[in-house]
Amino acid sequence: MTILPPEYEGPDDARITGPLPPPPSVGGGPTDEPVLDGVGDAVPRSVFSLADLGSEMTLALTARPGRTLLTALGTILGVAALVATLGLAQTAGQQIVGRFDELTATEVVVSPQNRNNFGGGQTQQVSAIPWDAESRLIRLNGVTAAGTSSAVPVGDRLARSVPVIDPLGQTEFQIPVVAASPGLFPAVRAQLLTGRFYDEGHAERGDPVAVLGPAAAQRLNVTRVDNTPTIFVGEQPLAVVGILSDTARQPGLLSAIIIPESVARDRFGLTGVEEVQIEVEVGAADLIATQAPVALAPNTPELLRVATPPSPTRVRAGVENDINSLFIVLGGVSLLVGAIGIANVTLVSVLERTSEIGLRRALGARRAHIAAQFLAESMALGALAGVLGTSLGVLTVVVVSATREWTPVLDPWLPFVAPVLGAVIGLVAGTYPAWKAANTEPIAALRGAG
Amino acid sequence: MTPVVHLDELSRTFPGPPAVEALRQVDLVVNRGDYLALVGPSGSGKSTLLHLLGLLDRPTGGRYLLDGIDTNSLSEPQRAGLRASNIGFVFQAFHLLGHRSNVENVMLSDVYRRGGRARRRDRAVAALEAVGLGHRLTGNPTTLSGGERQRVAIARALVSEPSLILADEPTGNLDTATGEQILQLFAELHDRGLTVVIITHDDSVAERADRVVRIRDGRLEHSPAPVS
Repeated sequence: MTILPPEYEGPDDARITGPLPPPPSVGGGPTDEPVLDGVGDAVPRSVFSLADLGSEMTLALTARPGRTLLTALGTILGVAALVATLGLAQTAGQQIVGRFDELTATEVVVSPQNRNNFGGGQTQQVSAIPWDAESRLIRLNGVTAAGTSSAVPVGDRLARSVPVIDPLGQTEFQIPVVAASPGLFPAVRAQLLTGRFYDEGHAERGDPVAVLGPAAAQRLNVTRVDNTPTIFVGEQPLAVVGILSDTARQPGLLSAIIIPESVARDRFGLTGVEEVQIEVEVGAADLIATQAPVALAPNTPELLRVATPPSPTRVRAGVENDINSLFIVLGGVSLLVGAIGIANVTLVSVLERTSEIGLRRALGARRAHIAAQFLAESMALGALAGVLGTSLGVLTVVVVSATREWTPVLDPWLPFVAPVLGAVIGLVAGTYPAWKAANTEPIAALRGAG
Repeated sequence: MTPVVHLDELSRTFPGPPAVEALRQVDLVVNRGDYLALVGPSGSGKSTLLHLLGLLDRPTGGRYLLDGIDTNSLSEPQRAGLRASNIGFVFQAFHLLGHRSNVENVMLSDVYRRGGRARRRDRAVAALEAVGLGHRLTGNPTTLSGGERQRVAIARALVSEPSLILADEPTGNLDTATGEQILQLFAELHDRGLTVVIITHDDSVAERADRVVRIRDGRLEHSPAPVS
């Protein structure tokens, strides 16, 4: 049964008149050909341009900014935790490395165990360090300088310069006396203000010479050494051959009178060496620390205590491992929670927007267009969360560094990779909701109330 | 002249069990400029017919020529393209996006069609003016009355200059007076030469059309309608 309509009397191609602009002839529109029997090319496919995808995405995300932000919150925190973790680990690692200056990394100090009461009597001070420690150590590969030093037991003997009677000024001082082998001066990187260091010759002959630290020289009023002024420690005269300006190690030397060990033995009763200061090449500290006790006391190396700088590589690796493994797990968990949050809210919004999906299908959207729209929305949401989270993480690193007075350190690629990570998370989280949206039946969707 | 709609023994059976024959070999011709009302009680198959006419569903038998194009042979992207270009939908529930302005709602109709992106807003404004809402461009649909919302929805259907306006119970959510105004608008559109098909269960709505086709148990019955 064909229902024939009453003949329509109007103009053939009557269109909307009035305010509407004249129709641009869109393909697939009215045509005078009788039947286009499935000529595929004549009918345009529906399109969804990238520009439209972008603007639809922006409109959807900005429609309810508060909700958008809350949806992204989990991912924001996750990315922030990751960035802050990596940044703080690097910052802390850098901080520890920063303490390993070249000076401490090349220093090894050997001293005897139980220095004072070894053997019972307090006067019987036996040291495992031999007097020729310097020449034993300097032969080791990696040692650049070595010297022994000991505090000289001067008791209550005071130091004074030439016996000038000055009733108004103090002329005698309690000044520490240190016995040092000639090698100690390079080992502590001593620098001279004037004069010279004493050498092996002085030490072997037992010459009563002395090198003054700058503070000691000032108190004893010694400024020039070209005529080798004499000072007295107790009643023992000492000829001053040099005055130090500075040392890199053992700052106690700066206020001391430094004399050869032979002099200390003969005239002040020094019984043993207190410690050996060794300067090694960079990287040789661990090696020398194991070799030095054996070289010094082949029979009883266990009686010696070796102080070495902690190995920087070990420490840094330890710190980064501790911080990273803990917080990366935390960051990963919050990222997972964030992704679930995005997936959840996107899924809810798919259900909420069922009628919108139906409408879009009726207006020409294909399943792929619907899927693309929801994927783009969740991806943009993830990227947004990534950017905000990165900012938050970097801010955390800076604030923590500021309070600890650290230098914040951050890999330059991190702030760029993190938003991409967020976008990937959004993309993954949006996959199922987008699939769900694409499979929404337009008929059912349009029947519901909008 | 090619009719806008030509149904040739169109059938739609929903697979069971038991299989439901929603439409049984329906023949229908809608010519350019027709104003046709499809009337029937619920369950009569009129929604099925609407979805087939709107290319939202595929028939299980027969042919459907839209503007002379055999829609059965088209790919899904092409059918979507025809929905975007040749058909304007008006729904009972309006289906406006609450977070967008009226003009943005109308512009949505052009998103899935090729070209004209630059003039999209101008076209939307013109369509809103054509339905008498030129003064409510920037407002939000949620601030409009029901009748005004349906006018925005009609403007959205008009903006793509379709050859067929498909209206599904367009006055179903409106009071009688407002519904009357909307029907008046459809009459004006018809007077301008647009082809309008209204699906309704309401005889008083159907009376306004040039031609009334009744649908019952999946079959069409011609009934005498007042000729304008």
